[in-house]
Amino acid sequence: MAPSYQQFCDTLNRRQFLKRASIGLGVSALSGSLSPLVASAEPGLHFPAKAKRVIFLFMAGAPSQLDLFDSKPELERLHGQPLPPEISRGQRVTSMTRGKKQVVCASIFKFGPQGKSGLTMSELLPHLSKHADDICLIKSTHTEAINHDPAKTFFCTGSEMPGRASMGSWLSYGLGSINKDLPNFVVLSSAFWSGKVNVQALYSRLWGTGFLPGKHQGIAFQSVGDPVLFLSNPEGVDRSVRSKMLDFVAKVNAHDADISGDPEIHTSIAQQEMAFRMQASIPELTDLSKEAESSLDLYGPEVHQSGSFARNCLLARRMAERDVRFVQLFHRGWDHHRGLPTHLRGQAKDVDQPIAGLLTDLKQRGLLDDTLVVFAGEFGRTTYAQNLDPQNREDYGRDHHPRCFTTWMAGGGIKGGISYGETDEFCYNVIKDPVHVRDLHATMFHQLGIDHNKLIFPHQGLDQRLTGVEEANVIKDILA
Amino acid sequence: MFLVIAMVKPISLAVFLFPASLALADENPINFNRDIFPILSDKCFHCHGPDVVDREEELRLDIPDGPLGALTPRDDYHIIKPGEPEASELWFRVTSEFEDEIMPPKSSRKEPLTAEEVELVTRWIKEGGAYEEFWAFSPPARAEPPTVGNRKWNRSDIDRIVYERIQNRGLSPKNEADKRTLIRRLSLDLTGLPPTLEEIDAFISDRSSDAYETLVDALMSRPTYGEHMARYWSDLVRLGDTNGMHKDFHREFSTYRDWLIKSFNDNLRFNDFISYQLAGDLYEAPTRDQLIASGFNRLHMIIDRGTALPEESLHKNIIDRVEAFGTTFLGLTVQCAQCHDHKYDPITQKDYYQLYAFFNNFAGAPETVRAPERGLQPPFINLTSAKQEQRLATFDAMKLDAEIRRDAMIRIQSGSEKWPDAFHPVEVPFIETATTGAINSVEFTASFDLEAKPPKAIARFIGGDMIELWVNGSFIGQTFARDQGAAAELSDILQPGENTIRAVSKRPTEFGLVLDYSIGHDNRRLLTGPQWMARAGPAEDSSPAQLASKTPRDSDWTESVKSVGVLSILQEIERIQKNKSEYLKSIPGAMIMAERWPPRKATMLIGGAYDAPGEPVARNTPAFLPPMRPKSETPTRLDLAEWLVSSEHPLTARVAVNRIWQQFFGVGLVKTSEDFGAQGEWPVYQELLDELATSFKESGWNIKRLVKDIVMSQTYRQSSDASNDEYKRDPENRLLARGSRFRLDAEVIRDQILAVSGLLNQELYGKSVKPPQPPGLWEMVSMTSENKTYVADTGDDIYRRSLYTYWRRGMPPPQMTIMNAPSREFCVARRERTNTSLQALLLMNENEYFNAAKVMASDILDQSLSQREALKLAYEKTTSLKPDRDRLDLMEETLEEFRNYYEANPELEASLTEGLEAVDENEQSNLAAWTMMTHSLLNLELVKNRR
Repeated sequence: MAPSYQQFCDTLNRRQFLKRASIGLGVSALSGSLSPLVASAEPGLHFPAKAKRVIFLFMAGAPSQLDLFDSKPELERLHGQPLPPEISRGQRVTSMTRGKKQVVCASIFKFGPQGKSGLTMSELLPHLSKHADDICLIKSTHTEAINHDPAKTFFCTGSEMPGRASMGSWLSYGLGSINKDLPNFVVLSSAFWSGKVNVQALYSRLWGTGFLPGKHQGIAFQSVGDPVLFLSNPEGVDRSVRSKMLDFVAKVNAHDADISGDPEIHTSIAQQEMAFRMQASIPELTDLSKEAESSLDLYGPEVHQSGSFARNCLLARRMAERDVRFVQLFHRGWDHHRGLPTHLRGQAKDVDQPIAGLLTDLKQRGLLDDTLVVFAGEFGRTTYAQNLDPQNREDYGRDHHPRCFTTWMAGGGIKGGISYGETDEFCYNVIKDPVHVRDLHATMFHQLGIDHNKLIFPHQGLDQRLTGVEEANVIKDILA
Repeated sequence: MFLVIAMVKPISLAVFLFPASLALADENPINFNRDIFPILSDKCFHCHGPDVVDREEELRLDIPDGPLGALTPRDDYHIIKPGEPEASELWFRVTSEFEDEIMPPKSSRKEPLTAEEVELVTRWIKEGGAYEEFWAFSPPARAEPPTVGNRKWNRSDIDRIVYERIQNRGLSPKNEADKRTLIRRLSLDLTGLPPTLEEIDAFISDRSSDAYETLVDALMSRPTYGEHMARYWSDLVRLGDTNGMHKDFHREFSTYRDWLIKSFNDNLRFNDFISYQLAGDLYEAPTRDQLIASGFNRLHMIIDRGTALPEESLHKNIIDRVEAFGTTFLGLTVQCAQCHDHKYDPITQKDYYQLYAFFNNFAGAPETVRAPERGLQPPFINLTSAKQEQRLATFDAMKLDAEIRRDAMIRIQSGSEKWPDAFHPVEVPFIETATTGAINSVEFTASFDLEAKPPKAIARFIGGDMIELWVNGSFIGQTFARDQGAAAELSDILQPGENTIRAVSKRPTEFGLVLDYSIGHDNRRLLTGPQWMARAGPAEDSSPAQLASKTPRDSDWTESVKSVGVLSILQEIERIQKNKSEYLKSIPGAMIMAERWPPRKATMLIGGAYDAPGEPVARNTPAFLPPMRPKSETPTRLDLAEWLVSSEHPLTARVAVNRIWQQFFGVGLVKTSEDFGAQGEWPVYQELLDELATSFKESGWNIKRLVKDIVMSQTYRQSSDASNDEYKRDPENRLLARGSRFRLDAEVIRDQILAVSGLLNQELYGKSVKPPQPPGLWEMVSMTSENKTYVADTGDDIYRRSLYTYWRRGMPPPQMTIMNAPSREFCVARRERTNTSLQALLLMNENEYFNAAKVMASDILDQSLSQREALKLAYEKTTSLKPDRDRLDLMEETLEEFRNYYEANPELEASLTEGLEAVDENEQSNLAAWTMMTHSLLNLELVKNRR
């Protein structure tokens, strides 16, 4: 009887590891010892890391900051009046509202101070409001693009043009992996959502690896079929057969590696080992049967539905526990050009309790301290209305607005219960402490111990950075 | 040693520095281009380089002379004092210990020079600090290749150059690989498919001296050669099947792809190949092929009409075209000069917009209108046969005929006394049947008496669905749509005594009718109402109609009616049009480039912003390259193409031969095949690159000749087996002291699996096909219902070569992207090859791949060979090698293990063999075990790699 595949791998590991590592072609990400930061002149991170991992909640379609976070009670008085030109300054708008009257539209939702900090949030977020003291609202976030596709591509990759590396890929590349048998960068996309209007597309480039090595690619978990593509053995192959098969393949490959001299063969063997481990570790990760009822309840009733945002929040927590470096959730359905109140109510309900549950759960498990949670859409929405029904306050929409929007961060060494940056009385322009999306990127990196200026990759003759060639600054004032 | 080359991720190295272990810098004099220029470029040019805006101080380190030049003495000091590093400001700055003096400064976010780099700069200044023209921007110079002592290696220029270099390094080349390895290598490299067993046998038994060349010629004359070559070009020009943005609709380019295949197979000369693509539309009498090729200019990403600003979309399409032009033909990152002068290469922002001006004059729209029919956005041509032209012309003729009849009918009606001049609005009650439920047709009837035949009688009617009108047993006409009422003249039909009106619809519907007629001077009106009878279905009894609670529409339909005759002709026209578009679907089309007239003005764009025009610019080529010689006052893309292939152009041929070299060795002679500029890599073998570029031009840009020269070389034929140490010292085989070994591309891996299992469908050309993929992928990204679900093809189409696989840019096929295939959203001149666990999972578990193993296993079992013979066959089919005894033993032992396990687990065995032809029970476990054996073989490195 031949030794089991597992035994074989262990032997091989011991025998080959040093050999492989010494030429830098092994499973470097696993050990972390060959991550680029370590390989660079200064060993270790650029800064002491406050966070080890990130859970990024991406609200694709762009939620309205005016109806969720950035309360403007004085707009009630200005409701229905034209937006003063000294505010709009003839700036670029989308082809939907170009040449049309810009009529100010106050939110119909009530806002109130929450928690000890008194952070203001809309009535649409009753659960999240309980976490006000954990959250740092950044009301002065801004970006350039006014359409979804380029704005999302910019938020996720630092450039409007496709081809750059995504946030998670950068982190995977820069920091390496801290887990042995799971991917380093996972994408969880909601399979359904409540806002049924203008559902915007996603693109695999949003979690693509761009010019970085392919292994830093985000792994999109599927809500149907295998959670990771091609994870399950085919019909008629069980774990034991798979092990026998890999055993044979590894033996032949190892032998050929000796003849051909090509060390890359050992990488390939190691990746087959990893694949075999993932066939066990990923089902374990997605198996919720051992979750306590009380944990499940935190995320609300939809947690029981595969593909829900709630389920994905729970999975994100399980991934954080298992040290997946970057988990990015996508929830679509926020593009409310019309019927905003109805659709926003639905969308807020989709995410409110699950996010609150996630924060509670992370906190209870002591994970919030070193997990950075980020919430953002690709831009904000206009203070002026679109498709406004003058007879009915309940019926209005808002157009795309890149000049100011609210994002938030929690955990991972970020001060909770504070609001950073200010917008003008119309919520049109930033008037204090502007935070470009690039600055948000820089801050995220900083909390993980990375200097965004130094994490570079040479491509097309340039030192590529997530933050690009423009200056980006860490938002020092929000660091705990 | 001054650089660590084994580092996987050269994070601290901002440029692709020349691999030091391969350089001879320690023994030889400094080579400015190789050793110094990359350091200056990376560390200094940003502020002391070509870009005027960011330039600090009156200093350019990219040029030696002139007032800003590096060698020009300043008032009381020298930037570089030849021979005296310590008296050179440059040396002083890069070695300073003080933060306010050190260069590059901290604010530049650049790391200081390493000790090794300082050492090089010091030696360079000591040796005289001489500048040389940047190698890639001066025309390739041909050096007389050396004569070498080894006869075998003295036959080709490639070999002489390589052999001498290897010898100088104290190394010797590897022996020629064995014949099995050679035929496998050649087949994969030239056609993307592995050799068949018959081909292997034939090659091995051909003992003639030109057996190898015969094989090369045979492989290059196969259509699969063109398919394989076209695949590399497809990456380069980002050939995809969808828009790539917003709703990511279908965009049809299969005819362009087929043109690529044909061009490579016909050995279209590279100068024409370039010219047709850049400017096929500008030839005086363009052929179809030239027009199809001009679709190159349409391959960019494009958005469909929505919320984007068209002028911004226009701009984005143009910069995408310019980038493709720069990457594909110049091997330069011209796009970096979009917002400012290039930081490293002498491309000014003005140069950029002068190139932009060649591409901004597209005649069509900058956005598609939803999903264009057949995926063809105007301008496009239909690639019809004469027969198809005839058929299309017939449709047009029939349509015109119908239109004339329609107009005549309208004219006759308007001249008739019986028709009113205008129809007036009437409130008409709508009726419906009393019964509801399972009804599939309705009928409404009314009878009325007339004392005389009316001289005038006009009925107007409408249904919630299509409805037919019958009067006194004669068919009068019908409506065709919910919103279109019909009118009919009934004076000839109505008669004294009882008259009956009957309206019939195939589906349940409401119905409204108004009949206006006159008897003598008496104007009368009949309306639908409860006095009508109605029945649901022919089998039902009639009962009084009900007033419909919901009317299909208000009374304006009564004004906008058309006569039943006209409606019927309109319906005919619509049908002809529909049949024509249906027929067109069978006709391939090609999007082409077209110029508008007069041309769109071009200006500089300040900061690269589409809405910030600056000074006007005229079309021109970058000033640092040889001048263009346009044929007319306004240069065209055709002039641009001719400029690229002019004899003095330094880049075009180099860039092209480098990419082709890269196909055969895994890495180009210039590794950065997309960037030949200052930040690109200095070639390990510049003399070889220049030799190839020069002879390529001299051969009349003959691609097959170039390919043949490469694969005929001894350099190419070397064995890739080497010591671990040799791999460590030169992991990418830059020195060419062995054959190259690298993982096959995604497409080759898939095609090979299909080929060795006998499933491959080798049909040439045609529309892209959709092999099965896991569910949910398109749904995950789609925004509209129409483009939401991937529907896999069935039958033989799913076994076509991967080059024909449908490529949705927003979610490309995972079997391809997991194996490092690019998304085709942007130009890619070289693929990376990383080794990941997801790749392992793909090859282990992808359904079609596993199915191929089953098919292969069952084919082998059908041949009733002995077990060992069968194992040999399987091994040879997949690896092109014969297994030695040890390996065969291991295979047999493993097969037994599989068999025992399946015999002990009949349920598992049954689920594996389900759907396969019924075999007896023994055979079933054998088949399961054999499937695992062929499946294992398909997962071997020997199979996945080109070696």
